[in-house]
Amino acid sequence: MSDENGEGLSPIVKVISSMLFPFIMIFSFYVIMHGHLTPGGGFQGGAIGASAVVMLIVAFGARHTERRAGEEKLSAFESIGGTVFVVVALFGFIMAATFMSNFLVGTSVFGEIPPFGSNPGILNTGGILPILNFAVGMKVIGGLSAVVLAMALVSREDD
Amino acid sequence: MRKIAAIVFVAFFAFLLLAAYDMHDFGAPPSAMDDYVIENTQNETGANNAVTAVVFDYRGYDTLGEATVLFTAIAGVMVVLRRRGKNE
Amino acid sequence: MIYNIPFFAVILLIAVGMYAVIFKRNLIKIAIGITIVESGVNLFLITLGYREGGVAPIYTNLPSGVILPGGMVLPIPQALTLTSIVIGVAILALMLSFIIRIYQYYGTLDSRKVRRLKE
Repeated sequence: MSDENGEGLSPIVKVISSMLFPFIMIFSFYVIMHGHLTPGGGFQGGAIGASAVVMLIVAFGARHTERRAGEEKLSAFESIGGTVFVVVALFGFIMAATFMSNFLVGTSVFGEIPPFGSNPGILNTGGILPILNFAVGMKVIGGLSAVVLAMALVSREDD
Repeated sequence: MRKIAAIVFVAFFAFLLLAAYDMHDFGAPPSAMDDYVIENTQNETGANNAVTAVVFDYRGYDTLGEATVLFTAIAGVMVVLRRRGKNE
Repeated sequence: MIYNIPFFAVILLIAVGMYAVIFKRNLIKIAIGITIVESGVNLFLITLGYREGGVAPIYTNLPSGVILPGGMVLPIPQALTLTSIVIGVAILALMLSFIIRIYQYYGTLDSRKVRRLKE
């Protein structure tokens, strides 16, 4: 792919960064999903995913990335994450007593109870914690990418 | 004006140094609440990670407030850095 | 008293950051000073919860021979530090966007010249 208006970096950088992008997103998804077993969680995995999108902005230039994944799509991604967080917390209010209560512990969706003491982690545990981790991860990825894209575009409008 | 600011600055940090002499010893904090959290994480929340259980389950309301702060700051940045000439 | 050194390091960081906020004139240096104060406060929260000879409070593949509530580091200050770091990032993003707009409008970054209203 040739550069149309001479922006972005050289073709070697463009090819290698577009090959590395799926692996970084898979690693970020791994850190978000195992948040209740290993160190990590929603905020840390979201920062890794946002740095992958920023790598694409640096390699391809801001105008090209604006055409593919615009600011409206990233902002909608962030809003979906925030809405899922509040809806799951309100479900706890309907099904059990208090506002953000952990109503999935003991049921079959995410709710085994691990044996006490040291164990290799079981993924099926945790109650509502994996769902909240996923919502916060989507919120952080969308938000930080939208901020960096807006700052990169505002410094180009006086050309 | 800078003389008054310099004197208040030095006095405030001398007061903070005096307060640092009265802190507890560095390796032995008072820990009644954290002992309860470490012992009862696995059968109340079902998670292996005590820090994630505190952030999302025992103190989940603070995480909701932090998500609100993040959302408000990003909305403020999108309003300030808006471009002219976008088709509405 | 020589073993309370992390608390003195916190006071040094906050002093450097407050010096940059009060006595410097460039707007970017003031933003850097606010971030240094933020880092000092996060360090203070983490060093409040250290227990001597402790391991991380995670039960997955725990190393053998750890006495259970006395051999782990406290988890609650780490949770508060996580929230504080994210709020610091949000504040830095908003400050930098305001600095971009001030520079586009006034043409300078000196905090004494952007104080007057332009007629």
